[in-house]
Amino acid sequence: MNRRSLATIVSASAVSALALTGCGQAGQGDTTPDGDGPVELTMWTHSAGNPAELEVYEQIIADFNASQDDYEVVTEAFPQGAYNDAIVAAAAANDLPCLLDMDGPIVPNWAWAGYIQPLDLDPAVTDSLLPTAVGTYQDEIYSAGYWDAALAIFARQSVLEDNGIRIPTADDPWSVDELDEALATLQDAGYDTPLDIGAEDTGEWWSYAYSPMLQSAGGDLVDRDTMLTADGALNGPEAVDFFTWFQGAFEQGWASDSGTVGNEEFNNDEVALSYTGVWNAMDSLDAVGDDLLILPPPDFGDGPRIGGGSWQWGISSTCNAPDGARAYLEFSFADEYVTAFADNQVVIPATPGAVEASVHFSPDGDLRPFVELSERFALLRPETPAYPVISSTFEKAAKDIMNGADIPSTLDGAVAEIDANIESNDGYGF
Amino acid sequence: MTTPTSTPVPPHASRPGDRAPAAAAGRRHGTRAARRREGRAGFGMAAPALVLLLLFLVIPVLLAFGLSFTNARLISPNPPRFVGLDNFLRAFTADPVFLRSMLNTFVFAAVVVPVQAALGLLLAVLVNQKIRGVTAFRVIFFIPVVTSIVVVSILWRFMYQENGLINSMIDTITFGAWQGMAWLNDPSTALGAIIVLSIWQAVGFHMLIWLSGLQTIPEALYEAARMDGATPRQQFANVTWPGLHSTMVFVLVTITIAALGLFVQVDVMTQGGPVNSTSTLVYHAVRKGYRELETGYGATISLIFFVLVLIIALVQRHLTRDKD
Repeated sequence: MNRRSLATIVSASAVSALALTGCGQAGQGDTTPDGDGPVELTMWTHSAGNPAELEVYEQIIADFNASQDDYEVVTEAFPQGAYNDAIVAAAAANDLPCLLDMDGPIVPNWAWAGYIQPLDLDPAVTDSLLPTAVGTYQDEIYSAGYWDAALAIFARQSVLEDNGIRIPTADDPWSVDELDEALATLQDAGYDTPLDIGAEDTGEWWSYAYSPMLQSAGGDLVDRDTMLTADGALNGPEAVDFFTWFQGAFEQGWASDSGTVGNEEFNNDEVALSYTGVWNAMDSLDAVGDDLLILPPPDFGDGPRIGGGSWQWGISSTCNAPDGARAYLEFSFADEYVTAFADNQVVIPATPGAVEASVHFSPDGDLRPFVELSERFALLRPETPAYPVISSTFEKAAKDIMNGADIPSTLDGAVAEIDANIESNDGYGF
Repeated sequence: MTTPTSTPVPPHASRPGDRAPAAAAGRRHGTRAARRREGRAGFGMAAPALVLLLLFLVIPVLLAFGLSFTNARLISPNPPRFVGLDNFLRAFTADPVFLRSMLNTFVFAAVVVPVQAALGLLLAVLVNQKIRGVTAFRVIFFIPVVTSIVVVSILWRFMYQENGLINSMIDTITFGAWQGMAWLNDPSTALGAIIVLSIWQAVGFHMLIWLSGLQTIPEALYEAARMDGATPRQQFANVTWPGLHSTMVFVLVTITIAALGLFVQVDVMTQGGPVNSTSTLVYHAVRKGYRELETGYGATISLIFFVLVLIIALVQRHLTRDKD
């Protein structure tokens, strides 16, 4: 072999390898094999790295595949951090799976973008779910989930009683003044930072955790009547009041943005109160036992609020067997599976039957208060395709305010940014 | 790594054809054919790199140029629309974060370039001594370079906390007279904190380049200088520094480009905050273009960044050109 042909072979193989990786499809499975074999339904989930959740999916898929001969569900699990990027890339390459799960607030965006189609499940299924476990856009259902999460304030009964602090209830939550007083008392009692508000976390947590407080004060992320502007909602006097409290809480040292993500500080009794989610409840129960209180968030004036909407399932618009996808989803919403999800992952089950059957969330379950909080106070994040931008802008503004930025001008800047984005997208279909 | 301004090597430096005796006229035809074959083989070997550069550098740059005049979005059912110079107007008139990011980027570069280059040279001179154990110091200074910048950023974020290592060190040194602060949470100290970390992380790399430059200076020159009675300071000014000219150009250009592209530290440690005090051009482009889905506007910011870096690199090249 002379050198010329070697060079030709090397370069040709390099170019073709490159072309293959560049153009190759990620292996879309929605094809009907020759003959009468079952139709393959591809399914992507974000739950790689969450064995408790994955286990239930594997069970459902095995049961579904065994129950009929027309369809075969084939699943692929992604780590949560890479999941949304994978979906966006797959959509750009026209290579979406048939079934995909997604975080609740992104549903309107993906529906608007044409990634997913109206769900069209049997209304008996979707009507039985918690309202916050159903994702809609323009009054059409696009997604449904097996569970919802909820936030609460964790406290130790003994600590509150020793310091003479009233234990709030869902009917009679703390007012802001009571909360301030409690925090000051607890700080005097030796807790350097009495409240772990979770500010060391980043990303969607900020909107999920703190926009309900803003809504409790009477503000909001966007004007929900029109969905066309954030003016008046995010920069109105109620919003300024709330952010004044928020900034003050950090200035006084009641809360801080150092520390670790999660609930360790509370479990180690380094903080007295922790604003955190149901997913941390089992660890705290183990650490604190019967002394643990699951309290409603404070009332900032308009009644307590917590965020609603967790991961939900939808059907991609390019799915070539949507009937099969619907059959799978209807099959999967059986109470036994919803219960398994709830108890395995410690999240609130979305159907009444599963709530009854659940170990943790049944009327005498140890995490029952979360069901009540979710039913009474949960509010969905605004169901508009603008949400990703709103959320990112809100996070940035809230962090700036936490770090001492001027409140009215920061909020006005955030409103201008959101409104400019909505306008440049021609109102996102509203 | 060698300096780029050393004698350029022509692409066909060792042609076997040259070595063949060209006396026989009858073989001339064969030589030309061999050269053509060589040329094709050379192109074939360069092809993988050229294809990669085309796919991942040239085409994206051209795309970004085109996209920056549209309102293209990452996720949208509507096709992109040509919007002329709207994105550029928005950047310079309606986006205070962009202007702040530009300022931060230049402040960062203005501090990092001279300090890091000087510190690198100082370390290189120190570890160029012929004494025992000097290799250990070279390794120590180089370790941060081989550590992932993400890991370094996460560790330094802990060190900069209110009860972190930096503050307890200050507390010990000053016997408690000086109370520490949360360095990354204060708009007036956050950028400085990132500057210190960045210099610490990258200085070892440039120390190594300075060192390679130092070792190309012939010992005979120093001997001659010593015989003329030059003090160490005079030796540095008249032998070492002139001998390092091409190294200096390389070090300055690489530090400048790396400093202007600051992103990872900001993304990991502060996300541009507090109050935009650490937002940089690249970070802002990623935030706008990818996280907030405005591909067109992100492309505009990238294009502005590209032009700025190009101008700075050209000016630097002009100022440091070989005057001979």
